[in-house]
Amino acid sequence: MRASIAILISLLALCFAAPVSAARDNWPTPPAAPVSPPQVSGPLQGGTADHAKFEELQGPFASGSEVTEACLGCHTEAGQHFMKNIHWTWSYVHPETGQQLGKRYLINNFCTNSRGNEGMCAQCHAGYGWKDESFDFTDETKIDCIVCHETTGTYYKTPNSEGHEACSVMFAGKPPIDLAAVARSVALPERANCGTCHFKGGGGDNVKHGDLSTALTEPPRTLDVHMGVDGLNFACTACHVTNRHVWAGSRYRIISKDTEGTGLPGQRTDVATCESCHGLSPHPVDSLASFKLNDHVQSIACQTCHIPEFARGGVATVVDWDWRTAGKTRDGEGYHEEGYIQGNGEHRYTYKSIKGNFTYDENVVPDYAWFDGQMIYTTIDTKFDPSAEVIEINGFTGSREDADSRIWPFKRMHTWQPYDKGNGTLVYTHLWGEDDAAYWGNYDMGESIAKGMADFGLDYSGEFGFIETLSWWPITHMVAPKEEALACGDCHAPEGSRLASVEGVYMPGRDHNPWLDIIGTLLVGGTLAGIIIHGLVRFFSPKGEHH
Amino acid sequence: MALYRVKIFSLFERFWHWSQMLLIVVLLITGFGLHGFHGIFSFEQAVTLHTSAALALLVLWIFSVFWLFTTRTWRHFIPTVSGMWGVLRYYSFGIFKGERHPYRKAYWRKHNPLQALAYLMLKIVLFPAIWISGLAYLFYFAWRDLPRATEWLTGIAMVHTAAAFLILAFVFIHVYMLTTGHSFRDHLMPMISGFDEVDLSPEEEAYLRKDQPGDIR
Repeated sequence: MRASIAILISLLALCFAAPVSAARDNWPTPPAAPVSPPQVSGPLQGGTADHAKFEELQGPFASGSEVTEACLGCHTEAGQHFMKNIHWTWSYVHPETGQQLGKRYLINNFCTNSRGNEGMCAQCHAGYGWKDESFDFTDETKIDCIVCHETTGTYYKTPNSEGHEACSVMFAGKPPIDLAAVARSVALPERANCGTCHFKGGGGDNVKHGDLSTALTEPPRTLDVHMGVDGLNFACTACHVTNRHVWAGSRYRIISKDTEGTGLPGQRTDVATCESCHGLSPHPVDSLASFKLNDHVQSIACQTCHIPEFARGGVATVVDWDWRTAGKTRDGEGYHEEGYIQGNGEHRYTYKSIKGNFTYDENVVPDYAWFDGQMIYTTIDTKFDPSAEVIEINGFTGSREDADSRIWPFKRMHTWQPYDKGNGTLVYTHLWGEDDAAYWGNYDMGESIAKGMADFGLDYSGEFGFIETLSWWPITHMVAPKEEALACGDCHAPEGSRLASVEGVYMPGRDHNPWLDIIGTLLVGGTLAGIIIHGLVRFFSPKGEHH
Repeated sequence: MALYRVKIFSLFERFWHWSQMLLIVVLLITGFGLHGFHGIFSFEQAVTLHTSAALALLVLWIFSVFWLFTTRTWRHFIPTVSGMWGVLRYYSFGIFKGERHPYRKAYWRKHNPLQALAYLMLKIVLFPAIWISGLAYLFYFAWRDLPRATEWLTGIAMVHTAAAFLILAFVFIHVYMLTTGHSFRDHLMPMISGFDEVDLSPEEEAYLRKDQPGDIR
């Protein structure tokens, strides 16, 4: 008897011990560090040169290009390396679809196009002076080294051309830059360097990505467990590892399912996937739940559970942009309205004459979908039915049946933007310029499109309208500490499942066959009813002989 | 033939029965929770409990199958029609008139024909249906890349759920049956003490008295 009790107890213990060990401890989440470590920028640490001591960097420098020449004096190959990357070329031909991509050519559903507006947009080109087609992409001295490498925080860029005075006023009155001090401060890039452009894509803080905002310049680990200043304090380049000035990780060619995992020394350093550090079985197998979680890696991108919300940390993202309302003026002047106060207390514009209306959102629950990493862009060359209701700027493919697909989180960006109603194409708008056609200053959309198209020899029917567009932004930053990751029940639930709209898979808890449930319930209910009736008949029947 | 109090459920069988009961209750509660019928546990807790209990039950079943075949007690579950009509008639009519249950336990037939058939079906149809579908369900990620895996998973989930409904119905009937005939306590005690009244032939009695005196009172 004693033996059987022992077995019974051990069976019981097996049932109840597992959930206890599944309790969320702090592994592998890095615990908060009492003292902030220096930013980790790639695998190389502890440089052997102090640039502040370099004679070549003592200045004075009359221009950024002079600093670049000084850099190239020692870093002899850096220029040739750099000119191959998309920070310089703004051009990318997708090896599989053959589509001509890159900022230089694409249309998005924010400020729509940089092409023809480089005077403004190429502030974020890592070079000096790109304002039109005449820019020399072979001139190494035009590379801007310091925007990525300076650490004083005093360096800034202004538009490469003057633009209309309605806009250029925004850039007036900035303090002069001490280029020599900036040059002597160079180091490996920090978050603030990359953030200068990447946190402000789409025309403002976190407008575009949703998961990249100035909140990540000095984030707490609760906002991003890798970048947190009180945690690992990773710079962007800790993951976006650099090889000859080409960075791992691409929005044009996304690895939706990494099947290689970590590399040994000397092996893969060319990736920025979660698996490239965390491996293919990222959850320590200390419970049944972790075992199942490791299985889920096959179907679910890490980001889906580990980034429960984006646009966190007090900086909102734009989720809806309406160009139809742009161009309103007061006394002939453009104006703007503030109508949104974001988490960090800052006011955001909800209307600008030059851009239209914006809708903001914060702490956003992503959209979820099967994604194979392949984006199919609607480019300036794409023809579509002019009466189409919605155009996807970057539609994507993926399904349960596809071996490369996993369920990913996305930011969905919705915009009403101008298009060529006659031809059924998107359009280049000429927004920035000193001429009379530039929309930013003159507010005539028709003229702006006519010039934007004509400048690049593109066919324009002369009739424009506004069309709804969607763009999809895979979410991959703002990784929460594991304690805040989604729980199983956030998806495996009959009501309110995060993955309610994801098709092609049977998910326990979310899915059920209604007929089976009805028949099963009737069966069990009928059994109980039968028992009750049987029992009642027995109870009221005349009692016979008693045993 | 005469009635004696004989040990008909060995220690292992009683342990088997009660741990099986406990595990099945855990499985039913957590399983229907996972299915979305209630929210007593979080999904993670329910999965953990459900899977742990299921694996424990499988181990128990492996032992029980070994037991059944090594002790020859599997023969209790051989289906027979002999006496079936009487039992069916009793539950449909006789019971209401206060008749005696027509079946007498024999030493090598401790279940009445209806019981034997019900338990046999449970053992060879419902339980295999639920554990085979359950294992396939549990290890879905090992075969998810096979063609039509999603459709298979849907079918497996349906078999698993349907079997669960049927087992729940069985549990209700099984417990209700304890209230019939003798008292609830009289039905329950054999599975606790091991002893019940059994019709023994003189040879069986003589055998037990000589070789297993502890098993007969």
